[in-house]
Order: sequence, then structure tokens, then C-alpha cells
Amino acid sequence: MNALTYESPGSLDEAVKLLAAAKGNAKVLAGGTDLLVQLRMGMIKPAMIIDIKKIPELTAINEENGGYRVGASVSGAVLGEHDGMKAAWPGVVEAFELIGSTQIQGRASMGGNLCNGSPAADAVPAMIAADAVCTIAGPNGRREAKVEDIVTGPGQTSLANGEIVVDFLFPARPARSGDAYLRFIPRTEMDIAVVGAGISLTLDDAGVCTDARVALGAVAPTQLLLQDGAAALIGSKLDGAAMEKLDAAARAACRPITDKRGTIEYRIKVAGVLARRAAKIAQQRAEG
Amino acid sequence: MTVESKKYKWVGTSPVRPDGNDKVTGRAKFGADLMLPGMLTGKVLRSPHAHANIKSIDTSKAEALPGVKAVITSADVAELESEWVPAGELQLNFRDLAHNIMANGKALYDGHAVAAVAATSAAIADAALDLIKVDYEVLPHVIDVEEAMEADAPVLHADMFTDGVTPKPTKASNIFKEVDIAVGDVEAGFAKADLVVERSFKTAPVHQAYLEPHAAVASFSEDGQAELWCCTQGHFVVRAYCAKLLGMDIADLRVTASEIGGGFGGKTTVYLEPVALMLSRKAGKPVRAVMTRDEVFRASGPTSGAASWVKVGVTNDGTIVAGEAILKYQAGAFAGSPIQPGCMCAFAPYDIENVKVKGYDVVTNRSKVAAYRAPGAPISEHAVESVIDEIAKKLGMDPIELREKNAAREGTNAAYGPKFGVIGFADTLAAAKAHPHYSAPLGPNQGRGVASGFWFNIGGSSSATVNVNEDGTLALATGSPDIGGSRASMAIMAAETLGIEVTDVRPIVADTASLGYTFLTGGSRVTFATGMAVIEASKKIALELRERAAKTWDISVDAVIWEDGLAKPAGANAGDFEPLTLADLAAKANQTGGPISSAASLNAEGAGPGFGTHICDVEVDPETGAVKVLRYTAVQDCGQAIHKAYVEGQIQGGAAQGIGWALNEEYIYDEKGRLDNASFLDYRIPVASDLPMIDTVIVEVANPTHPYGVRGVGEVPIIPPMATVANAIDSAIGIRLTELPMSPPRVLAALDNGS
Ligand SMILES: Cc1cc2nc3c(=O)[nH]c(=O)nc-3n(C[C@H](O)[C@H](O)[C@H](O)COP(=O)(O)OP(=O)(O)OC[C@H]3O[C@@H](n4cnc5c(N)ncnc54)[C@H](O)[C@@H]3O)c2cc1C
Repeated sequence: MNALTYESPGSLDEAVKLLAAAKGNAKVLAGGTDLLVQLRMGMIKPAMIIDIKKIPELTAINEENGGYRVGASVSGAVLGEHDGMKAAWPGVVEAFELIGSTQIQGRASMGGNLCNGSPAADAVPAMIAADAVCTIAGPNGRREAKVEDIVTGPGQTSLANGEIVVDFLFPARPARSGDAYLRFIPRTEMDIAVVGAGISLTLDDAGVCTDARVALGAVAPTQLLLQDGAAALIGSKLDGAAMEKLDAAARAACRPITDKRGTIEYRIKVAGVLARRAAKIAQQRAEG
Repeated sequence: MTVESKKYKWVGTSPVRPDGNDKVTGRAKFGADLMLPGMLTGKVLRSPHAHANIKSIDTSKAEALPGVKAVITSADVAELESEWVPAGELQLNFRDLAHNIMANGKALYDGHAVAAVAATSAAIADAALDLIKVDYEVLPHVIDVEEAMEADAPVLHADMFTDGVTPKPTKASNIFKEVDIAVGDVEAGFAKADLVVERSFKTAPVHQAYLEPHAAVASFSEDGQAELWCCTQGHFVVRAYCAKLLGMDIADLRVTASEIGGGFGGKTTVYLEPVALMLSRKAGKPVRAVMTRDEVFRASGPTSGAASWVKVGVTNDGTIVAGEAILKYQAGAFAGSPIQPGCMCAFAPYDIENVKVKGYDVVTNRSKVAAYRAPGAPISEHAVESVIDEIAKKLGMDPIELREKNAAREGTNAAYGPKFGVIGFADTLAAAKAHPHYSAPLGPNQGRGVASGFWFNIGGSSSATVNVNEDGTLALATGSPDIGGSRASMAIMAAETLGIEVTDVRPIVADTASLGYTFLTGGSRVTFATGMAVIEASKKIALELRERAAKTWDISVDAVIWEDGLAKPAGANAGDFEPLTLADLAAKANQTGGPISSAASLNAEGAGPGFGTHICDVEVDPETGAVKVLRYTAVQDCGQAIHKAYVEGQIQGGAAQGIGWALNEEYIYDEKGRLDNASFLDYRIPVASDLPMIDTVIVEVANPTHPYGVRGVGEVPIIPPMATVANAIDSAIGIRLTELPMSPPRVLAALDNGS
């Protein structure tokens, strides 16, 4: 029987050192709501668990140039009570709060949601739509990367050995901006997204969309950032024609699989529906 | 006996449940909660194949692993004769049971047990399982019931020649038996019909999804006696099955039922219990075995998936003149689906002159089905109730009025044989029609559905003992595991019978060595049958108390009455002595003859059939196919509610499970026949936020054979929901869905195809 050691370093440097030294045999533990499940199911057999919740930077939320820097291990319950983030990025907060139940919310983090690499992770499309940038600490120091560049496939990320996601920067919002996230699940909670759609947009005084980002989840091996989706919205007032274009762009971008959670045809169709519905909610929020 | 006019002190109220506190605090001891000194961990190796010959099993490496104390395979399980015995609402074959707890020569489903180990830790047991080498020859498999019936389907059992067909076939098949029920002449009936509707339906296999996984702790002594602790709906039945499987005298096995986290029929058979006993016998130490959720889904019995065809003919005034059905039920790997009750129930709610039902019991490569609330009835009645709804819509008739016109009533000859006694079907229909829900307005994309359901309910053997404690409180023991609030109901019936405070009665579930045989908790029998034993034992106590008072006063027992919890002198002696309380008499028990106790054992007959009618409003999202249940009302004739809140809970729980069956629950298999959704994440039972508060209406048409008028309650409420929801969806979108579950992709596809 192999032993499993548990470490809970108080600094990032220490954590990175431990992680790099383990050469792939260690796993970072944030909330553990993915990790512990995988451990118990025998899907992973690490020799070391490195708990990162004792590292202050990872659990802090700070205002920065009108935007917010959110630690990678901040729990859903904590972010859900942050007035600044709720006002600036309600779509991100609602996506994160959709994860699991009250119990899971007390543990689950956005860092874990992202680094677990699930195509269906709920917070990720909203973070991509928000154009969030993550700070990554590793053996060679720090670097920055866009959220959409982290996940490379189911269960896979672009993080190198020894790298840890430190925080996410959600930029300052121009006036008349709004975001929203919707997912489809057959139940009302405790389920994995069959399709997820995150949209962030900015309107001018006349209500014309000047900027937009559209992201989809659960319809391809990774989350998708839809340029065509943004193009469908920009320059429009989100009228019927724009909505149809967005719907078509969403459907065209999907590369889903048929599995126990949904068929290809179903996922494609619902991706268009959710994109439209999320855009309308984001629009309402932008209009205040 | 007229029961309605009685005024009760406790019956029909909702006192605090005696098991509630410990369940809320976590103190209650469930199947996995018993620890014994030196206890080993038992684990089971399961087939990863849906159908495979087991060419060899090499356990030598596992046996050699330090910490492993016993390994068993089918070589350790005695071969039993093929012998059918009644098992509650179903039948059971001991040879099949032996082969189900440990595969013998052939693995018949993904999850079929092939070996088991007992080791000093869970990690060692897991490692030992990895060291067992099983050489499989994978065979073609079949899971779908209709595919399994085809002539060229892979055959599971080379010795299965369909029963119920003359001449008996000479070629083995997967059809274990055919069932036929017929009254009148359906052809003549259909010839008289102005409208005939026929439809085919499919329903998915669904699991009872009890919260507590199967668990057992077994301890064998050197003298050949054993104790078993397990979560079960019937510890006397577990004792009988295990004694048979292990070749023991019944007296040598004592079984204690732990607290139970749900059963719904699924814990009426054995899986781990005999395996834990065999491991303990071999290891000479206590063994605890607990299933994971994955094992529960793969290896314990859900109910059948099925294919049904139903044809109903009516005249223009709404009289049903003929009903015909063909029902094909999956039994799983071994014969014995609930096809018989399925056939019997199909048209039971209605007074129809001409009925013909044909049923098939079909084996397929999935876990053997177990009982699930009203086994068989929800499947056939879903089909019939859907067709009845379609007929009502085609006739332009209110669906409740159509049912009222054809409802079975007292004296109706049921299509399955007997004449109905006092029943309350029409009363449930009237209550549903009068309920404000039935006439509430609906919005866009919303629809309302109605459907009814029938179940027999059963009686059977039960025992109870009552001990009067030294202070006058009562210890009440029965042999019925409490899955639905029976302890509360038993305390109420004892307190009512004796006219004492309900809190003075402490009800428990006693082990198999402590009182008379009690058949399992199933068939909605416990409040009825065990309740009768409790009432009888309580009456004996009342008589004994009168005798003790008579002795105390030195008068004849005939001159003492027991009234409102007091012994009172009566007749010529009325007023001569101060009445004596139970506490007074208990305190003097030693002077009047010793401890006061009683026991009653009986075989209860005359169970009262149950009927329910449900109303459901849904809203369908036309773009995603998602169905939201907006409002749900369940009306049921319960005879007499003993503990009212528990009765409501039974009705709500049954409706919730039925809604899950209707909308999202299903077993999903991959192309190799392996179960792909063996977890609560992907086997979607409704979560609390999926459902509205389920409104209940309790109709009380007393069952004349029970002292308080009880009918069974627990099973009827799972029967109507599937058709109720389907009928509501049809009202909302104008499309009849005939395949369960009516999951969002299926609803959306139907919307897109317009059918
Ligand atoms: C009951 C239940 C319900 C759930 N419901 C949902 C749901 O609705 N939607 C959804 O999207 N998910 C759901 N999940 C999955 C899970 O809760 C989320 O993905 C959650 O966000 C994971 O966060 P965590 O902090 O618990 O991650 P952990 O389990 O701690 O970690 C997940 C993975 O990320 C790695 N990791 C964590 N933090 C970092 C970091 N800072 N840098 C590098 N690597 C890191 C870990 O090593 C691990 O591989 C559910 C899980 C459960 C058990």
C-alpha cells in the first residue's frame, strides 16, 4: 500500500518547490471537491497532496484599478458575498455559485474548476467571457495567461510541472456593461452542464453593442471563445436578426459528443438557445 | 363494523416520531455502523462483462497476500435445487439466488459477483481483489427486452424453456414464462366500440435509489451458530434465505435488522448477507461488507424496463367496452420479473366486460430485478392510463368523468379475478375533481394531466409482543423493519387500544430470536398486518390488567372494565373502588402474578385494495424540452390514516419517485452492456428543488377487516405519476410521449418532429 503525504505550505514559493520536486506525483488541493472524488474512485494515485488554502494570496480578493483580483482558491460562498464582484461581474459570480450545493460552495474554487480541466466546468465560460487573466507561479517565476489558454483538453491544462494558478484578474468595467452565464442541466441542481453559455457585453448610450465576448462550455473538448458570436452582437441592439446570427454562430462552433448526458444534436441546438438567452440577460444587466 | 363513526384519541394524529431524534443527530445505527472486535472488511469482485463464461478463477495470489483471511467463489456456495417460493409480491428461486450472490460458471451481467475476500483492512481487501485472476470468455449480450425475445438473441440460460406455453418449447430462449389473463371476449368488445385507441410504450429500468447502500456484519461462532446485522426490509426472510444458502438450521442464525435508510422493495432479498456469513465462517472472524453506490446500481435489483402495447375500445358515451394489453418485462439475469402483478393491475381500476392481457417474463443481461413499490403495476398502468387520457381527449370528455363512468366499485368483478369489496376509487376521483387544483388557470406552454392507480396491498404473517414495564410504560416489539414510519403507527395503535399516552409506548424492531415470525416489510402490509398483531397483543394486555385489578379488589374479572387507560369496577361493583392506572397495576404486578406481558402472532387476511388519483401541472420549455413540474396533487384512499404526517410522507415520496421515473431516471448501458451511469450524478432522481410541494388529499374509506380501517398506503402513490406527467405534457404541447423517461432531449426531439 502506497503512502500518501499531505503538505500545507504557507507560501507560494514553498508550494511551488514541493510541487516541482514531486515531478508529477503530487497534486494541488484547493477545495478538493474534484480531487477527493477522483482519489476515492481510484482515478488518480498521487504520492503527495499539497493544500494551497493556507497561502494568503490564494484566498484574497483585492480591488485593482477598478477591477478585482480574486485568489484562485477563494470559495464560491466567499465570492458570492463580495459586493464589488457581484456588481461588476454578476455573470461570473452566478456561474461560480451554480457549482454543486451549499456544502460544495463552501469549498469549491475557481482555480480548481479551471485546472480540473473539465469541458463542462461552469465558472470557466463566464471567466473567459469576462476576459479574465490568470497569474501563474512556477519554478521559473510568474507569468500571466488568459483563462481560455489554460485548458487544452478534457483533464488537461497548459500548466507546466510545478505551476500553480495564483489568481484571476477581472478587469474594470466600462459603463453599460453586463455579463451572464446560463447552463442547461436536466435537473435544477447537482448536475453537470450539458451546455453552458457565458456572455459579456458593453452597450453604448443608444443601446448598440460595442463590445462582446461569447463563450460556450460542454460542447467541445475545451471551452470555446466564439469570435463569430461576438461579431453577431457587436453593432446590433440584440434584435431578432442578431439573435439568429448568435444562435447560428453558437451552433456552428459546437463540436460535442454524444454521451450519457446528451446527444450531439441536442447539445448543438441548446447551445444556440442558451447563447441567445444569456445575451438577453447580459443586455438587461448592461442597461441597468 | 362501522369504523368511520369512531372518535379516536391517537389514530389519525401525527405525534413526534420515535426514531426521529437519532436519525437527525446521526446517532441512529445503520447497516454499516456496527463494529465488532477483530472485524474484517469484506469486498466483492464483480464481473466487468455483461455476459461471459467464467473459464477459471485463480485466487491463490489473493489468498497469499498478508492480511487476507478468506476468499470465496462459487466453489464455496452449495448448489441448490431449482425451487420457487413465494417472496412477498414476487417469487424466488433458491438456485437462482445462489447463482446471483456468486456467479456460477457464467457471469450474467456487469456487476455480477464472482469472488469475495475478507481482509484486515479495506486497502488489503481491495489489493486482494486486484490479485484474483478470472479468465472470462466474453459472450454476446442482450439487454433490451424485445431484442432478448428475438429468435436469434444470445440465450442466458440453456435450460430455459418457456413456461405457460403448450406444448412446452424444445428450444431454450430468454422467455421464462407467458402469463394470460382474460375475461369476456375482447374481439366482440372491440366490435361494439365507436373509438379504439392503441399505442405502444417503452419504460426504462429504474432503481429504488434508497439512500443507504446494502451493508451486513456477520459473525460465525465455532459452534456453528451465527449472528447477522444488516439493513433489510425483512430480517426473518434474510434468516430463511441465508440458512438455506449456507445449509444451516434456522435456529442457528440470529438476524438483527439495523436502522434502514430506505428500501422501497429493493431490500427484500439478499446480496451481501450470505457472502458476509460465508466469509466469516471461513475466516473465523466477524466480517463487515458494505456496497458502494456503484455496486448498488450495478448489482442490486432495480425494477424492469418494459415494452407494452395497449388497446382500449369505448362507445361514444365513454363506456369502455374492451381492453387488451401485451406486456414484456425484463427480469434481469434470472427469471422473475413482476409481470404477474403487472398483468393483473393493468385494467384493475375499471369495470370492463372484456379484458385480455398477455405478459412475458424475459431474462436479459442486467442485474436481477427486485421489488420496487407496487412491483409491475406502474409499468402496465402507465400504458393504460395514457391510453385512457388519449380517449378522453378524443371523445372531448373530462378525463376524470371518463374514469368515473368506468370506475370499479364495490361488487365490481376485477379483471384479474375477485370481486371488489369496499373500495374508494370513485371517492378519489370525486375528491380530485373537487380540488381547487383541478380548475386552476394555466399559462402558456403549460398543461394539466390526471391519472389513477390501483394496488392490491397484502396482509401476511406478523408478530408483536408487549411488555408492561415496572413503572407502567410499555415496551412494544414487532418484527417489522421500519421503513415508512411503522414504529410510530404501532405506538399509536397500542396507545389507542389501551387508552394510554402514546409517549408511554416505546416501539422497537426486535431480532429474529426475540419474537414470532414476521414476514418482510413490503406489500404495504405492516400497518395493516403487524398493526393487527399489535392491537391483538394490546387487547391481551387489557384483559390481563382487568384480571390483575380483579385480583387486587377480589372481585370477578367480569366486574372490571378497561376504559381510558384505567381498570374500573363495573356492574354491581361500579364505584366500589378507586380506578387503577397502568402504573398502579404495574407496581403491584409481583403481588398479582408476576410480570405483565403478551404476545400475538397472526396471518392477517383481508387487506384492502388501494386507489389513488393524481393531478399534475407542467410547463414545457419549447426550446430545450425541459419539463418543469409546477403543481402536483395526490389523492389516495388510505382506509384510515394512523400517523397522518407519515401517510402524507408516503404519498409524497411515492409521487416524487414516480416523477423521477417519468422525467429523468434510466439505466444507460454502453455498447458492451456495461452500466454507464452507476452514480447519483448521472442516475437522475429528482432533487428537492426539482419538485413543488406535493399536495396530498387523504380519502378515508375504511377497510372493514381492520379494527381501525387501515389499507396499505406505501405503494399506490408511485403508480399514477408516469401517466399523470405524460398526460400533462400532452396537454401542454399536444404530443403524446410513449417512452420513459421523458427527458429533455426526448421531449425536444418530439417537439421538433411534431410527434
Ligand atoms: C457534489 C458535487 C457537485 C458539483 N457540481 C458542479 C457543478 O455544478 N459545476 C461544476 O463546474 N463543477 C461541479 N463540481 C466539481 C467541482 O466542485 C468544481 O470543479 C470545483 O470548482 C473544483 O474546485 P476545488 O477547489 O474543489 O478543486 P480541487 O478538487 O481542489 O482541484 C481540482 C483540480 O484542480 C487542481 N488545482 C486546484 N487549484 C489549483 C491551482 N490554484 N493551481 C493549479 N491547479 C489547481 C487540483 O490539483 C485538481 O487537479 C461538483 C463537485 C461535486 C463533488
